[in-house]
Amino acid sequence: MKLYDGKYILVGLVIFIVLATFPVWFNHGRAAPPPEPKLDTPVIAQMITKQCVLPKEEMITGHMKLLNDWRTEVVRNGKRMYVASDGKTYEMSLQNECMKCHSNKSQFCDQCHNYAGLQKDSDPYCWNCHIPPKESK
Amino acid sequence: METGRRNFLKIGGICALGLGSLRVVNALGKTETPPKFMANLQGLSAKRWAMAIDMKKCWEKGPPGCTDCVLACHSTHNVPDIGTQKEEIKWIWEEKYENAFPGQQSGMEPEAIREKPFMVLCNHCKNAPCTRVCPTQATFKRADGITMMDFHRCIGCRYCMAGCPFGARSFNFRDPRPYIKTELNPTFPTRDRGVVEKCNFCEERLGAGKMPACVEACKCKALSFGDLEDPGSEVRKALGSQYSIRRKPELGTEPGVYYII
Repeated sequence: MKLYDGKYILVGLVIFIVLATFPVWFNHGRAAPPPEPKLDTPVIAQMITKQCVLPKEEMITGHMKLLNDWRTEVVRNGKRMYVASDGKTYEMSLQNECMKCHSNKSQFCDQCHNYAGLQKDSDPYCWNCHIPPKESK
Repeated sequence: METGRRNFLKIGGICALGLGSLRVVNALGKTETPPKFMANLQGLSAKRWAMAIDMKKCWEKGPPGCTDCVLACHSTHNVPDIGTQKEEIKWIWEEKYENAFPGQQSGMEPEAIREKPFMVLCNHCKNAPCTRVCPTQATFKRADGITMMDFHRCIGCRYCMAGCPFGARSFNFRDPRPYIKTELNPTFPTRDRGVVEKCNFCEERLGAGKMPACVEACKCKALSFGDLEDPGSEVRKALGSQYSIRRKPELGTEPGVYYII
């Protein structure tokens, strides 16, 4: 079998493969550092038992569902208090309760959301309306 | 296997008993789990929240050009001031008699009534047309009579604005944040582009045991607020002692805001 214009085809193929795999080898060994959400806020530092509304593992995987349930209860059912499994009550409010402890949005929320590629201001769009606490930079 | 009628009935009876006991077991099981969500114990509750606006007090006792109620509302709810009439965001605002009460004019009202401003806001109607036309139930009636707005669910179709006969609803044509002229209230959210907003009878303040911001801000106590179904409430006292009117009563929406003039 004869390959007509083999020179050009092979050169073209090589260029194509190089370009197509560019993102792979260009970023090789430069993985984005894993997110490290920080908990070093003044309020958390003062807590004796550092316990969130739910255990840490459940919060990591289920905070979005919890927030969604809170939203439904507050806005649609008019119930504003959440009773945790340890009997402690919390006001169900992202802006007024969650952020009281986690007052470091850029070091806490954004860490994972950016790492996971959730676009700024589009998903999750909590902060288009809810006002994050002022952070001292 | 041969089964007589007697045996058949016995087995049938036991089966029915077993199915019936499922409910009992369920009911017993449920009582053991404490409620996860509950209302704020300090919150105020009512069968139907309503407001009476004594315009005479407002005009006579209030300083001329007083807009304390409007300012209090706007700073509490981060209401923007866009600056154009088309994109104006309204929660509580001034309206002339002829615009607030069309169809109720005799044409021979005293000059004072014709020229003086009336404070108008969402009427929190009993038969709210806005809630009927909302395709996503983003706006809905609460059990306590408040016509509530769920900004999370609003898709910005503006049916409710067409449905509201009082013009009490405003659409966010643009991101309102840069236009908030009052000091930002960090405990209340702003709104996003593409949602409809309106007065919420300060449900967030009622939930925390406080009176609405406009009622609290009025120095001449022209606004009274309370439970319409409770004969001892402020609003019933105000309505029981003086003649009052409501906006566009002929439409049958049963507004919850009354005017004493």
